[in-house]
Amino acid sequence: MHVAEEQRLRPQFSGPDPVTPRAPAPEIEHLLRRAGFGARADELEFYGEMSIPQAVDYLVNYEQVPDDVDSKIGTLGYAGITTRAPGFLPVSSIVDARQRWLFRMVHTNRPLQEKMTLFWHNHFATGYNKIAGIYGNTEGARYLAAKASEDPGNVRGQVEMLRDNALGNFRDMLVNIAKDTAMLVWLDGRTNTRAKPQENFGREIMELFTRGVGYYTESDVYAAARVFTGWNLARPGTGTAQHYEYLYVAGQHDTGEKTFSFPIYSNGSRTIPARAAAAGEQDGIDLINALAGAPETARYLAKKLYWFFVSDTRAPAQSFVDSIANVYLQSRYDMRAVMRAVLLSTEFWEPRAYFARYAWPVEFIVRAMKDVGWRGFSVDTARTSMSAMGMDLYEPPDVAGWDAGETWFSTGAMLSRMNFASGLAANQRNNLVTAARPNAGTPERLVSFFLNEMRTAPLAGGVQQDLVDYLRATGNWTGSDAQLNQKAPALAHLITGSVEYQFV
Amino acid sequence: MKVTRRQFVKGGVAAFSVTFAAPEFLSDLARAQGAHTRNLIVLNLSGGMDILSFLVPYQDANYYSRRPTLAIPAANVLQIGTDASGVALGLHPRLTGVKQIFDTGRLAFVQRTGYANQTRSHFLGTDIWSTADPNNSQALGWVGRYLDALPSPVDPLVGWNTSGSLPHVLQANKVAVPAIPSPTTYAFQSPNGTGTEGQAEKAAAIRMASHIPIDRPEVAFVYSSAQAAMATLDRVATVGTYVSSVTYPNTGFGQALKAVAGAMFRGIGTKVFYVTTGGFDNHSNQGVNPANGAFYGLMASLNDGLLAFHTDLKNQGMLEDTLLVTFSEFSRRISENGSTGTDHGAATIMMVLGGRVNGGLIGTAPNLNLDPKNPTLENNAADVTFETDFRSVYARIIDNWLGTSSVSLLGADFRKPSLTFI
Repeated sequence: MHVAEEQRLRPQFSGPDPVTPRAPAPEIEHLLRRAGFGARADELEFYGEMSIPQAVDYLVNYEQVPDDVDSKIGTLGYAGITTRAPGFLPVSSIVDARQRWLFRMVHTNRPLQEKMTLFWHNHFATGYNKIAGIYGNTEGARYLAAKASEDPGNVRGQVEMLRDNALGNFRDMLVNIAKDTAMLVWLDGRTNTRAKPQENFGREIMELFTRGVGYYTESDVYAAARVFTGWNLARPGTGTAQHYEYLYVAGQHDTGEKTFSFPIYSNGSRTIPARAAAAGEQDGIDLINALAGAPETARYLAKKLYWFFVSDTRAPAQSFVDSIANVYLQSRYDMRAVMRAVLLSTEFWEPRAYFARYAWPVEFIVRAMKDVGWRGFSVDTARTSMSAMGMDLYEPPDVAGWDAGETWFSTGAMLSRMNFASGLAANQRNNLVTAARPNAGTPERLVSFFLNEMRTAPLAGGVQQDLVDYLRATGNWTGSDAQLNQKAPALAHLITGSVEYQFV
Repeated sequence: MKVTRRQFVKGGVAAFSVTFAAPEFLSDLARAQGAHTRNLIVLNLSGGMDILSFLVPYQDANYYSRRPTLAIPAANVLQIGTDASGVALGLHPRLTGVKQIFDTGRLAFVQRTGYANQTRSHFLGTDIWSTADPNNSQALGWVGRYLDALPSPVDPLVGWNTSGSLPHVLQANKVAVPAIPSPTTYAFQSPNGTGTEGQAEKAAAIRMASHIPIDRPEVAFVYSSAQAAMATLDRVATVGTYVSSVTYPNTGFGQALKAVAGAMFRGIGTKVFYVTTGGFDNHSNQGVNPANGAFYGLMASLNDGLLAFHTDLKNQGMLEDTLLVTFSEFSRRISENGSTGTDHGAATIMMVLGGRVNGGLIGTAPNLNLDPKNPTLENNAADVTFETDFRSVYARIIDNWLGTSSVSLLGADFRKPSLTFI
């Protein structure tokens, strides 16, 4: 490996100076914990040169950064993947798709794109099992995770679509999702016909994707189901290119008028007019336009963004909701403008917002890899551990997404986090010993060094002393390599598995 | 969103942290509080189970006309008799084990349970069944409130959640119910193994978890989990080695029930268990009749798990100490949809199983005729309307099994004298 690359990619633990505070301000780390998945050493260095507004601009305008992270998979210096026969195939194996996404989260230079993709995946939560149960495992992975460039039928999976539009226009996103193959299977739109309207998608697009519960009625659900009648699937192509894709089937569309409890058109009309079957696809577009433009949707999204990016331990101020909702409506649903406003908001930068969010399993795992090290560590190990913590990518528990916040922290899940930390620290033993060696003069100094490298919420009184006591627990402190060989990974384990590390 | 619920949990953490028992007292507490005493198992059938495919009114012509492809042929149902309204009922053909339990008289079906203006939302519906309060879906869970009312200090293993995350029904102010999906992987690991160094590290982890910053409720909440995890490891390990008297199905549901039986057998002090099994949201290709159908498979899993559990408990002499009650957020629409599935409906059935249950068909089945004025139906005769408030079932269990006052726990008097299943 070239020395330059080695330097750029080094895990944080290779710093030569004992207990030197890292250059970037805590602000940058806060920003990267939220707008990304924590910070590698090279990220800290890079963003550390910028002011906060510059860093936010750089994060939201990620198109200027090459999207080359996938090309790093399987190369030296990066986290490993685990290959199974017949090969690493994220286009058709959900296990490999999960590995690829985790790899991207660790190594991307477009952290906000991956973070937003996770946000959307949770928002339009679609689960692999149902699709795989109907069309088979390879097709299930395909409709969720295939990149068009790697699929023989140019299929772009749902999460790739979300990734491509991560900071795009929300209205366009809704149109895409309504026509998305995986969604048409997941919420049964593929079987939504004139004779027997299917309510599943019609309900959830209002309850979970836009307006929110309480802002639609049961008769709106029936009307919405009728609106999307005929939004079904076709199966074009032959051989390996054959695939399911959206098709508007005019003959299956209910052509009657549909009346809602809320305005559909700018003149205040609540009724989508009767239309000829051939023109009936417009019904769905009209409803989506109305849902995207509703102030209820703007506020619903503002709150959801607050929970995800700012804090899930206290409620958003009405002023935050109003201000973000206003940016959303004024910009005509431009998520880049919205996210820029979120990341520059007063609420985001309040001292009490720091570490005010329970880390999701995927955030915990990726950050731990960035802090402790990744070389020789397979993201597949991370994948299986995450499952025990209650989270499988591409498999949210239901269409409402993951029940985040304190519900991540059942006892079993907390143990799984501690045990992941143990496995990772054991795996990185040599790196950790190397990093610890110059800082091993006293147990106090070594603990300070580790805590400086791995940021946590402020430790409860006594915890730091517990760590020091542990270093002295099994014999006099010498700081020898033999001692560090046991103590350094154990220390990384205890800190990564500590309560205070479970916040971002 | 779960905002308000979070506020409740936050508000309770301080209380939790001061009433939590120190680990050294736990085994005594366990013995005092629960070993070989009554157990309650709350089973959530998640997704909205289709009752008309579970318990079939096989002589109702409207059942067949409204479900042209999904109806179970009368000849295939497992007949279990006639209810108080004279409706003949039969179980799904795959429920042979459930019928076997029913025939012993230890299984009750409370028909048409629900509440007024029942929501068709999965999430709101589950919240309401969990809080037992249709007007406050963000309240603490009804089982959580029961645990909160137990005398302090409460043993952290007083409840056992077999799912990965905390269900709303167990949300409490003072008690953090541990989630233990698998007792065999519920263990502390160290990079240095299980020798002296690993033990020293485990001791350090226990000490670290013993601090609780009560001025930061969200941090204290995670502390309570870490502390409960460390405090329960050793007792849970004994459950991992439980040898059952029957082989449980190798499904998540079957293994969860095996863990429940193991915990009861080891007498580790648990009083309340939560088990969930899902997949009931059958909007399309419901597959009621074919052996490879989705709903048929759900019935197989339910049946085989319950039968193994019932047999094991009976063999181990624990059935008398056991009460299992089910809930599902709603049942499904009476008429099938165009996707050979069913959409969200209203009133459902609650099952109650246990060694002291007075089994049978309780309440009356709906009449499925399409008259909009049909009193057993609602929503223009599209959905089944409730006859027994679900809280009346909870009330009976609270009063006659848990031995505390349902009026105070549920905040109102839902007792229904005709409900005598326990």
